[in-house]
Amino acid sequence: MKKNMNKNYFEVLRPGINSTFQDNGRNNFYHIGIPFSGAMDNRNFLLANTISNNEINNPVLEFAYQGPKLKYIGENISINVTGDVNFKIIRKNKNLEFSCYENIILENNDCLDILSTNRSVYGYLSIGGTFEVDYYLNSCSTNTKAKIGANSGEKLEKGQIIHLKNIKKILPKNKIEYLNSKIENIRIIKGPHFDYFSKDAIDSFLSDEFNVTKLSDRMGIRLKGPKINNIKNTNIKSEGLVKGVIQITADGDPIIMLSDHGTIGGYPKIGVVISADYDKLVQIPPGSKIKFKEINLKDAETIFKLYEMETQNLISNIK
Amino acid sequence: MIKNISNLGDAALYCDFGTEVNKEINRNVINYFNNLRDSNFLGITNITPSYNKLVISFDLKLTSFAKLKKQVENLELKKNNNSKNNLIKIPVCCAEEFALDIKRLQKLLKINEAKIYETFFSKNYYCYMTGFIAGMPFLGDMDKSLFVKRLETPRVKVPKNSIGITEQFCNIYTFESPGGWNIIGKTPVDIFDNKKNTEPNLINPGDTISFYPISKLEYEKKYE
Repeated sequence: MKKNMNKNYFEVLRPGINSTFQDNGRNNFYHIGIPFSGAMDNRNFLLANTISNNEINNPVLEFAYQGPKLKYIGENISINVTGDVNFKIIRKNKNLEFSCYENIILENNDCLDILSTNRSVYGYLSIGGTFEVDYYLNSCSTNTKAKIGANSGEKLEKGQIIHLKNIKKILPKNKIEYLNSKIENIRIIKGPHFDYFSKDAIDSFLSDEFNVTKLSDRMGIRLKGPKINNIKNTNIKSEGLVKGVIQITADGDPIIMLSDHGTIGGYPKIGVVISADYDKLVQIPPGSKIKFKEINLKDAETIFKLYEMETQNLISNIK
Repeated sequence: MIKNISNLGDAALYCDFGTEVNKEINRNVINYFNNLRDSNFLGITNITPSYNKLVISFDLKLTSFAKLKKQVENLELKKNNNSKNNLIKIPVCCAEEFALDIKRLQKLLKINEAKIYETFFSKNYYCYMTGFIAGMPFLGDMDKSLFVKRLETPRVKVPKNSIGITEQFCNIYTFESPGGWNIIGKTPVDIFDNKKNTEPNLINPGDTISFYPISKLEYEKKYE
């Protein structure tokens, strides 16, 4: 007999600060103003789905800082959490502690409480099965600005029900030992408007520390530090952006574009964060200090290959 | 034609078509955009046309700057590949409650309301690009007599579907959003329909837009 699809579900007791469903994101819609979106930290997203024996692009629940508190109703299910995350399961009034990067079993009436990400920003919840979510333009990734993707383009809300489908048999532990490395030095490549800035401004940009401010989210990271003064006009004609672009605003502050960024912008682009440092960049919480280091394209490509190999090694070490 | 291709980071091409803003340069950008969309070059993840630049992002796992640059440089352009571009008519209601900045404009431009609208509706507008927020079209060129700066202090919330003007451009706010353009009316037509799963945006880069005035009554009818 076919299982009732809605037999297994989570009830959202606390939504968390910014909990959204994400997958790999959507390609080929920048020209109509729709950014990639997708899981911010791609490596932790891949690890979450791999530990769950899922397809690589299966939806996950992404959370930031404080995660959701979810009550589970249904048959036993394997779940795992990735990132640097502090969480517990409340089972019959007992608090059970678990580690990230391994499958654990959730039982009927268990309460999964994702308390916080530790000195980082994003974490991921994956299940041995699939969150039942809406797709839009080939992706379930929620973009709260355009109100598209899973959950009608909204963050998780208190009291809502998350239906689950394709529940798998209990999975092996699939544990890996992985420590999220924290970085303060972000490597960048010169942007097309590098020469809009004075030598002093460039020196300061590449040697001084910048504070990550609270005005940081899935769209971008705003930095405060020494003012980066331009020698040419700050307003350029609006043009295409990509994630990782560092623009200097009219006030002389750097702003780094992240996965939900506006697709075009009119501030000069002083640099672009290398692809290999993106996952680590997004995990730097407000209050931290960062420094930029300039490297060339060839080195950036080599570092990316190494980063990819490392990710693949991690995946093959899951057992 | 493309004057220069440089790298925007390690996973995008930055194609420079010049520094001016005019239709001739932008048509070149759009022509490349349309041809590239048909090209199926491996690894392209996004192509973003703007006034005089084209940004091509790619998956660094599948291709590289040098490889894709060569392909773009050797791309054989099909002539007049603008079959994708349409003429679209957009109704605009200019009732007082929607024309948030008309009084300011009369003062700044020293032209009366009727003349502002007559001038605005007498032209067709070309879509240079869409974006910033989903589906927002950047249209031009305005008649010189209507050139005006942005608001000194941007609005925290511009109502969805508002028509704004600034300098040589006009646009349509596809979502409620912060913004500093001078608002002269509102359309009942959703320019970006987030319920449509294919082509959710009504206006594409390269399209031509013809605005026409409607009364409050017609606005309400269309809204139903």
